[in-house]
Amino acid sequence: MTEASRQFDFEGRIARDEKIEPNDWMPSRYRRQLVRMISQHAHSEVVGMLPEGNWITRAPSLRRKISLLAKVQDEAGHGLYLYGAAETLGAEREDLINRLLGGDARYSSIFNYPSVTWGDVGVIGWLVDQAAMVNQTMLTKCSYGPYARAMIQICKEENFHKRQGMEIMAVLSAGTSAQRAMAQDALDRWWWPTLMMFGPPDEESPHSSELIGWKVKMKSNDELRQWFVDLAVPQAEALDLQIPDPELVRDSKTGHWISGPINWDEFRSILEGEGPCNRERIESRRESHFGGAWVREAARAYEEKCRKKKALERESL
Amino acid sequence: MTSGKVVDSLWEVFLQEKNNSGHVHVGSLRASGSEEALQAARDVYARRGSPISIWVVLSESIVASTPADAPSFFDPKDAKSFRYPNYYKVPRTLKDA
Amino acid sequence: MVWEELRFQALLRHADDRLVLGHRLSEWCGHGPTLEEDIALSNVALDLLGQAKVIFEQSIKTDLKKRSVDDLIYFREIRGYRNVILVEQPNGDFACTILRQYFFDVFNRLWLNSLQSSIDKDLSSFARSALKEAIYHERHTKSWVVRLGDGTKESNERIQEAVSVFYPLSYEFFAQDEIDQKVFSKGLLPNTACFENVWKEEVALTLLEATLQFPKRTSTQMLRGREGRHTEHLDRILSEMQSLARAHPGASW
Ligand SMILES: [Fe+2]
Ligand SMILES: [Fe+2]
Repeated sequence: MTEASRQFDFEGRIARDEKIEPNDWMPSRYRRQLVRMISQHAHSEVVGMLPEGNWITRAPSLRRKISLLAKVQDEAGHGLYLYGAAETLGAEREDLINRLLGGDARYSSIFNYPSVTWGDVGVIGWLVDQAAMVNQTMLTKCSYGPYARAMIQICKEENFHKRQGMEIMAVLSAGTSAQRAMAQDALDRWWWPTLMMFGPPDEESPHSSELIGWKVKMKSNDELRQWFVDLAVPQAEALDLQIPDPELVRDSKTGHWISGPINWDEFRSILEGEGPCNRERIESRRESHFGGAWVREAARAYEEKCRKKKALERESL
Repeated sequence: MTSGKVVDSLWEVFLQEKNNSGHVHVGSLRASGSEEALQAARDVYARRGSPISIWVVLSESIVASTPADAPSFFDPKDAKSFRYPNYYKVPRTLKDA
Repeated sequence: MVWEELRFQALLRHADDRLVLGHRLSEWCGHGPTLEEDIALSNVALDLLGQAKVIFEQSIKTDLKKRSVDDLIYFREIRGYRNVILVEQPNGDFACTILRQYFFDVFNRLWLNSLQSSIDKDLSSFARSALKEAIYHERHTKSWVVRLGDGTKESNERIQEAVSVFYPLSYEFFAQDEIDQKVFSKGLLPNTACFENVWKEEVALTLLEATLQFPKRTSTQMLRGREGRHTEHLDRILSEMQSLARAHPGASW
């Protein structure tokens, strides 16, 4: 088959909603873009453990402690499933992680904000995980099989994360005045960064149209953002909390909630590494990864010894 | 720092979700040896539900057909109709259950 | 001491062991040497916190002060905590964490195994389900002890250091006072003296397999966690763990 006919065949498969599998032919750009996207997603899961992990040791009841630990643990699992999906494309987890630790790979901007109160734990579950779910629900239908399947597995687990966050928010909102203030303050700080999670507006999104064409992305950034806002506004109302957007209005024709302008300068400066926690997040990941290198070396050395021992035993037979 | 390019092996994980069902591929992980791989598979992939058993297989041991093999390996749907029971006409009076 | 109080105090010791150790392990979440091991350590932490929960719930049935589980966890002073000194020790490196955990896991498996025959039906059925968890914990940490001990020179040195620091602390698992003896004699909780030697022999075999040296036996005089005499490490754990709950007394979460 010529390159052109392969390309034609590939596009036909995408059009027919067939899944592309690891051994299938794919344009090298499709492969590269997928590795970039899946690994960014994996990095986000793992870095995303840090702001919430920060509160496991201070969770205010045993029930909350157990739930939060299980939730943050799930995020490690998500990272692992996604690195696995990227590895099916010929990338190696170690290289991908080294790129993150070297500052050459991105992860979701949201995790560069600090989590400074228990209210933040609630808001992260309620809004950040919900925003992630909006995005991930779409991705369960994406054209690359291993990515789509990882997304299905992740979405199943993600539901508990969101409910866990909602429960925290509901309890805080119905709690003492200090707890209510904690909940509102957390919403004030996390609302806009959550909207930015969906990425720059469509007209400035560099990869979007190509990715949508390949069905790697299923909806545009702005469409997903709108979907999320429509979900979150009535929830905030039910929680009796105020969304910090004075311009937020409901379009009476479409029924959509229309937000005020997003501060994209803030988003860009975070992507450039100037967010409040960029440095410490990467530093923390570096410490764990390089600090754990001796453990991985020891395990390999031990396996090597076992192999040699077995080989000797076989020889002596 | 990491020692050059030595990395743990990649393993594929297969989970038997319930009694009498087959093992289904659920993902992969990295581990230096088989016991480590088996434990990691349990810790990562068997946290929910109540699975019956786990297989871990070195990814490099899996031999897979390629898309190029497919046309000559696999018949198009229902090509050999004589392999299916509906191909055969049996009088109604002749009960086969 | 009346029986209710004896029962409460005796159970508190084992609930506190699991709470404090589960808390320590949860500090690893997000910082493990690999993602796989990060998840594995959280699994153990979750199991221990779950075990703590059940034992606390059993204990408060006879708490004369009628406290809730969260009252006990979040509003008890350090002198009221009854865990062994070993479990409050800082995580240190991965070798320290694994070794401390292995020592506890062997003890926990033996203890739960014996708790299955408690005269208290709730405790014996708890023991049956928790034992399954403990067996896996031990399998996991034991294989790491061997890997690290017989791995590289560096890993061997690190875990050897952990052995010499933690082995002497492990005697406290088997220390007994009047409270313990009364609950043993009533058949409520296991008599730890019955499996002290088994613990030592099994640990010795593992250390041998891991090419690790045994430290010298030291005095157990200063191990008095069961009386509420702790190291400064527990103070730091509690000031962190209790900070939020104590800042909002009376609030629910
Ligand atoms: Fe996630
Ligand atoms: Fe999540």
